[in-house]
Amino acid sequence: MSARPGAAKGADAKAGANAVAVADEHTLDNPAVPALTRPRKARRLSVTEDELGSGLSVVVVRKPGVPLAEVRLRVPFLSGRRTHPARAALLAEAMLAGAGGHDRAGLAAAIQGLGGDLSVGVDADRLVLGGNVLASNVAAFLRLIATVLVEPAYPKDDVAVERDRLVERLIIARSRPGVVAGEALARRMWGEHPYALSLPEPDAVATTSAAQLRALHAEQVRPDGAVLVIVGDVSPARVLNHVHTAFEAWSGTQHAGRIPALPALTVAPTLLVDRPGSVQSSLRLGGAAVARTDERYPALQLANLIFGGYFSSRWTENLREDKGYTYGPHSHVDHHILGSTLQLDAEVATEVTAPAMLETRYELGRIASLPVLASELDAVRQYAIGTLALSTATQSGLASTLAGLSAFGLGLDWVVEHPARLQAVTVEDVSAAAAEYFAPARLLEVIVGDAAVIREPLAALGPIADAAPPDDA
Amino acid sequence: MPRTATLPAPTFELSRATLDNGLRVLLAPDRSAPVVGVGVLYDVGMRSEPVGRTGFAHLFEHLMFQGSAHLEKLDHFRYVQASGGTFNGSTHFDYTNYHELLPSNALERALFLEADRMLSPRITEENLANQLEVVKNEIRVNVMNRPYGGFPWLVLPSVLFDTFANSHNGYGDFADLESATVADARDFFARYYAPGNAVLVVAGDLDVDETLAMIDKHFGAIGKRRVPKRPNFREPPLTAERRSTHDDQHAPIPAVALGYRVPDPVRKLDALLAHVLLTEALTDGDASRLQQRLVHRDGLVTDIGAYVGEFGDPFDERDPTALTVTAHYPDAASLDRILGAIDEEIGDIADNGVPDAELDRVRTRLVSGMLRELDSVMSRTLDLAKFELIHGRAELLGELPARFAAISAADVQAAAALLRPDNRAVVELVAGGAR
Repeated sequence: MSARPGAAKGADAKAGANAVAVADEHTLDNPAVPALTRPRKARRLSVTEDELGSGLSVVVVRKPGVPLAEVRLRVPFLSGRRTHPARAALLAEAMLAGAGGHDRAGLAAAIQGLGGDLSVGVDADRLVLGGNVLASNVAAFLRLIATVLVEPAYPKDDVAVERDRLVERLIIARSRPGVVAGEALARRMWGEHPYALSLPEPDAVATTSAAQLRALHAEQVRPDGAVLVIVGDVSPARVLNHVHTAFEAWSGTQHAGRIPALPALTVAPTLLVDRPGSVQSSLRLGGAAVARTDERYPALQLANLIFGGYFSSRWTENLREDKGYTYGPHSHVDHHILGSTLQLDAEVATEVTAPAMLETRYELGRIASLPVLASELDAVRQYAIGTLALSTATQSGLASTLAGLSAFGLGLDWVVEHPARLQAVTVEDVSAAAAEYFAPARLLEVIVGDAAVIREPLAALGPIADAAPPDDA
Repeated sequence: MPRTATLPAPTFELSRATLDNGLRVLLAPDRSAPVVGVGVLYDVGMRSEPVGRTGFAHLFEHLMFQGSAHLEKLDHFRYVQASGGTFNGSTHFDYTNYHELLPSNALERALFLEADRMLSPRITEENLANQLEVVKNEIRVNVMNRPYGGFPWLVLPSVLFDTFANSHNGYGDFADLESATVADARDFFARYYAPGNAVLVVAGDLDVDETLAMIDKHFGAIGKRRVPKRPNFREPPLTAERRSTHDDQHAPIPAVALGYRVPDPVRKLDALLAHVLLTEALTDGDASRLQQRLVHRDGLVTDIGAYVGEFGDPFDERDPTALTVTAHYPDAASLDRILGAIDEEIGDIADNGVPDAELDRVRTRLVSGMLRELDSVMSRTLDLAKFELIHGRAELLGELPARFAAISAADVQAAAALLRPDNRAVVELVAGGAR
């Protein structure tokens, strides 16, 4: 790469260490392709932070562009209780079914009239009220959100409707092979831990009552530890005033109970889940990773990109662009409160399931045991830096990024400083991270597909464990 | 409640040029962030596929990424991503787009990459065989191996329309895809990918004069070629309701799609906008009429949605296009009651209109949602390009809030009056999957 502006001298200087490598096919030095010019600096955003007496942290960023404001309220929602997943999922569905003096339709109409949109999402870690509104109406929008937090109704009849809908949605979700595969991998990784249950069981939802939702809301929808992020074409000082006024009545501390620690991962044979008639197999591989605050994280992030985290990755170029086995394999590092994970996802044609696994293990073994090329590192470094800027270039992207980072005690500084950390990563750093986290021996494997067709070819590659068929099948 | 008269509108500073080879160029500078979007739209989509070549426009889109005059296979992806950018392409009913979002210091590089494949994509037996497999896997993952895959966009047109152009499966039958040849691809390129059949839009962090000079340098050398005459795909109106069923072996519960014929989206834009507002009043959020009635009052459906345009974008297609209502429902025996309730609610608007307050809040949210999409440089680039290509005026994008504000309750009432059973096709998805 002849023309990248001042980016990766350190890495280039170390390319000599790359003695094992084959010819550097990745060098992007075509003289016909125009060089990059000097990059323009992004305007520095300023962040206004505050903490209310209730313990609610508030982050406001003025980001003009379109005349809107994005709002994310993130409430920690971890729980070790077995009843929690079903109640939390139904609570999210029913939270906007009325509050204060508004019934469901009245609340929705009030939000719509502000040019607003509000939804509630939940996972094992957190509950998020997310939305956006015309910037001129942000104060009224915040008041409505506060009303939902302080005076939620959970009307019995509405909860009954949401319960029936959620049961149907769960059934639909589990008819998707990717969902089945994700759940099987989570169980294989986390056993009985709450993280293993990414979706609740329909039976548990069906027996959840409105009173139980009110109790959960009272216990866990509390400001202490919650973070409110507002990004948009707003005056931070004025928005902070609105927040203080609107959220004054929201108070209290969570009673979440004891949270079990994540179990250590233990290696096990490839799990095969039968899905008769499937024209593709869903491959899922999972293992441990490190948190963003770990000094090895930037190297692991770049190793992941080289392996399968972007289109120009080895896994994509091999499985898709060379073999045509799949539309799009993808690997990703995900950060959860209790631990970070590495996951690989691919949907491959049924008849090439075993060859696709073979290539996947080959690429894992290759990145875990051979140095990456300096040119590969240059490419992913620039990609990571560029796309970090792109992903925070919109109001909604920045709001979601800041809300996600806040759970780990990180903020805009992390975004601003991360390019420098990426610049410092060497080929050796990437190889060390890959050797530890991409080693095929440390990853758990799950395959969902037509067992009658794929079992025998897969068994030729290594031991297979067959998943027990579902009870009601 | 905010008055619709004060709805904010986006403003764009637009510059135009047309190169000697016919390429239309539109620039929309906005220097607030060092990010630039590049989009090339070719005026050919799934409707223009030859008989016996269903899915070919999309397969060809894949071939445009497989190397070009000066670039080996994989180079396009690598050059964009190693510049810190992202790329994609997509095939629509009436056009095909190719686009990049990058740090603005990669602008000239992106223009070169687009020009190089407009000049000469590398169409070989090997690339065709490889991308055939990739496309088949795309269809498997998005359609064949998932519940409700491609429903209703792959199914409804075959009932709602009659001509091959409008009614065929745009992802393609495997037999058709497998019989496609390199010669077909070269012919398709020669016929439809002339510079004069394309619009190039660059939006974001750019200097107009410098960018025009770069465009002239990279695209100006591409020879002028004959531009195909755009066919008229119009069809006569329906005279009776059409019904059909679609089997889905993975779906655990049934679904239904109602497709209505709507006015010409280009020549009768205001009538189309009234239909768009109507869909929002019918299904946008818990205050909407069909949500309140079918989900919360009658408990007949798990969810229900309505939209204009076969991909849910009312401005993406020329005539003919459709207004679609879709619902999932647990009880297969309740379809008639569901259709009856939908007809009653639409009939109520046709008979009694929509109160101004309801129309105002629906319109406010609609415009707010449009503005939100425009915050992304990539969306803005592609939206401007789409309005320039389909509607002939990118300025329309900025004028939409005012156009929506001018739609009256009577206009929405008139739109509702057109949504009669004899103006629609109904496709029932029969659930064959385990519950």
